[in-house]
Amino acid sequence: MTRATKARNEQRSLRSFTDYFYDPKTRGIVLQLIVAVLLVWLVWATVDNTIRNLRAQGIASGFGFLWNTAGFDISQSLIPYTSTDSHGRAFLVGLLNTLLVAVVGIVLATVLGFVIGVARLSRNWLVSTLASVYIETVRNVPPLLMLFAVYFGVLKTLPSPRNSIELPFTSYLNLRGLYIPRPIWVEGIWIVLLALLVGIVAAIWIRRRAEKKRIETGEQGTVLLPVLGCVLGLPALAFVLAGFPVTFDVPQLGRFNLKGGLVIMPEFMALVVGLTLYTAAFIAEIVRSGILSVHRGQREAAAALGLHDGQVMRLVILPQALRVIIPPLTNQYLNLTKNSSLAVAIGYPDLVSVFAGTTLNLTNQAVEVVLMTMGVYLFLSLCTSLFMNWFNARVALVER
Amino acid sequence: MMKLNPEIDRTSWQVTSEWVRCNLFSSWWSSALTLLGLAVSYWVLWAVLDWAVFTAIFTGSDGSACRIPGAGACWPFITHKFKLFMYGRYPVEELWRVNLTYVLALGGLVPLMLPRVPGKLWLSVYMLVGFPVIAYFLLTGAEWLGLPIVTTDLWGGLLVTLVVACVGIAASFPLGIILALARRSDLPLIKWLAIIFIEFVRGVPLVTVLFFASVMLPLFLPENVTFDKLMRALIGVALFSAAYMAEVVRGGLQAIPRGQFEAADALGMSYPQKMGFIVLPQALKLVIPGIVNSFIALFKDTSLVLIIGLFDLLGIVKQAAQSDAKWFAPQTAVTGYVFAAFVFWLFCFGMSRYSAWLETRLNAGQRH
Repeated sequence: MTRATKARNEQRSLRSFTDYFYDPKTRGIVLQLIVAVLLVWLVWATVDNTIRNLRAQGIASGFGFLWNTAGFDISQSLIPYTSTDSHGRAFLVGLLNTLLVAVVGIVLATVLGFVIGVARLSRNWLVSTLASVYIETVRNVPPLLMLFAVYFGVLKTLPSPRNSIELPFTSYLNLRGLYIPRPIWVEGIWIVLLALLVGIVAAIWIRRRAEKKRIETGEQGTVLLPVLGCVLGLPALAFVLAGFPVTFDVPQLGRFNLKGGLVIMPEFMALVVGLTLYTAAFIAEIVRSGILSVHRGQREAAAALGLHDGQVMRLVILPQALRVIIPPLTNQYLNLTKNSSLAVAIGYPDLVSVFAGTTLNLTNQAVEVVLMTMGVYLFLSLCTSLFMNWFNARVALVER
Repeated sequence: MMKLNPEIDRTSWQVTSEWVRCNLFSSWWSSALTLLGLAVSYWVLWAVLDWAVFTAIFTGSDGSACRIPGAGACWPFITHKFKLFMYGRYPVEELWRVNLTYVLALGGLVPLMLPRVPGKLWLSVYMLVGFPVIAYFLLTGAEWLGLPIVTTDLWGGLLVTLVVACVGIAASFPLGIILALARRSDLPLIKWLAIIFIEFVRGVPLVTVLFFASVMLPLFLPENVTFDKLMRALIGVALFSAAYMAEVVRGGLQAIPRGQFEAADALGMSYPQKMGFIVLPQALKLVIPGIVNSFIALFKDTSLVLIIGLFDLLGIVKQAAQSDAKWFAPQTAVTGYVFAAFVFWLFCFGMSRYSAWLETRLNAGQRH
């Protein structure tokens, strides 16, 4: 040991209590120790209280209830389900119903949101004013209220099945929902599906070839017609050749009720319409700020290069705007999925309504049920943020 | 004499027609859109006016007048139930206490929101410490002051909406700042606890947090400790919005240049001094629009408390429209929801305008 280190060690041992008190490192360690002790105490007290309370109320614990018979019906199910199935299967039914609302809502809200966002930027005064009025009205009203207005205000005031409103294509609208013909695929439909597959592959090939040609020669050929022909025309041709391999189960007006057909529940419609209208207002603002974020010079430069309006939008503005639009857009998708839990207020059998509602009431196992429900939403948002990170890394501006 | 500026001599008709040509009929596509827009606005305006005025029922002591076929809005439903929608079942002879609370709140809030009024520090102390205590005793009651106790199950309507929103805002603001500071901390344990809490809460819907507060929280507490329903909802809402507030504040903290932190350190400031006097005042000022936005979101979210059985404005309108047979009529529910929507819209739109106004003011201050 050299003399210098020896001296330093001596000095260190001489440091007084106040030196330690004002040392940031020591303070940090002490603070974290205190927090850790408090945390352990909190967790221990919570677990201890919970066990005591559960025992006092005679509530079972563990996930065994998932295999017990549920004993209740669910009004809409994407997979076969009866009341003799288990709570676990009811959980799955609720989850699928949540995902169904989320997917349909996301598609519709995106379309409506982009239309309104572009309309908001229109040079036409009337169009942009109407878009602003829509956005400012809808954004400042609770989504739950919109659900109630659509559900109790409109759909529940429709006539009874006997006096159904007739719509085109033998569809009916009444208090119990929207009745539309249910397509039944018969033999030969696989030919159409095959044609669709071939069409898509061919369309991709045509696009690739046109792109290659453009890069090599600079010639811009039209690919829209051949691509449409492949994707739509080929399956249509196959459909005719296979002899229309589809029949419809048409809803029929009986004396008191409608029979047959595919029924779209009013709860489902209210949820989709309410969430779509609400989320579209937010998406519109995101689209607007995304398009505005592209510098004017980009548009002018593209126009100076001789691109026409559509090309400017498609090739110059949108690719740059999307970089700004996509992250908050995925956030809105996530919000829509989370807001679909409002279903519980109008009785659409989503995850929260079926599992955190009915199953919770029947089994009383609050801890397991609420944690499982939260876990599903956590998993979905985790997936979304993983996607966002991947996307941001992919589209980030490559700077020097 | 030659006119130097032809603009000056144009008649107002010429100016108007030019504006119309440029902004409504600049191309055939724009003209088509204008016609479509006119059709849509005519149709919507007509439908709304027809429902709200022309075929609406304005008088009546029950729903019988609203039951005639083709009747529009049932406004007597609102006027007769107005007190219920505003205060719930709060005893009528004690209503002055609620109104006094509103007056006291406005007395602190309005001067605080106007930038020119001096004495912001004392006003904030009053709003954050004095007012909540006064409001608590005024609303719940105190025997030693001669105010009869009013239990929270009698509260309802706009009163519950405002209580949940204000307590949520008042609790989530300091909690959110603490969480944001914790997330930016150098201490790994504290940082990770904050990250886990924030991301967990932001990943789940408010409905599940309210379920958590109403069915799980009682299980976590010792047997002799119980909260009433309103308190549980308040805890859920406060925890939920604190996580969102934390992310807004963190955005502001990240925008403060490193030099500010380092300069505060160099001056020998302690951590509370550095944050309280140097960093937070700048960071919070930057994110005022974000803070107001999360207040708006919180205000709209208060309507969800009806799912766990509280009667906020929306909940009480829904209950009155569905369960009161005296007022049963086709348009009663819609009238109620339109009224509730209007009240919510007034508050949220007011807040968003205020935030926009403040934003331009703050930007104007930074421009020179």
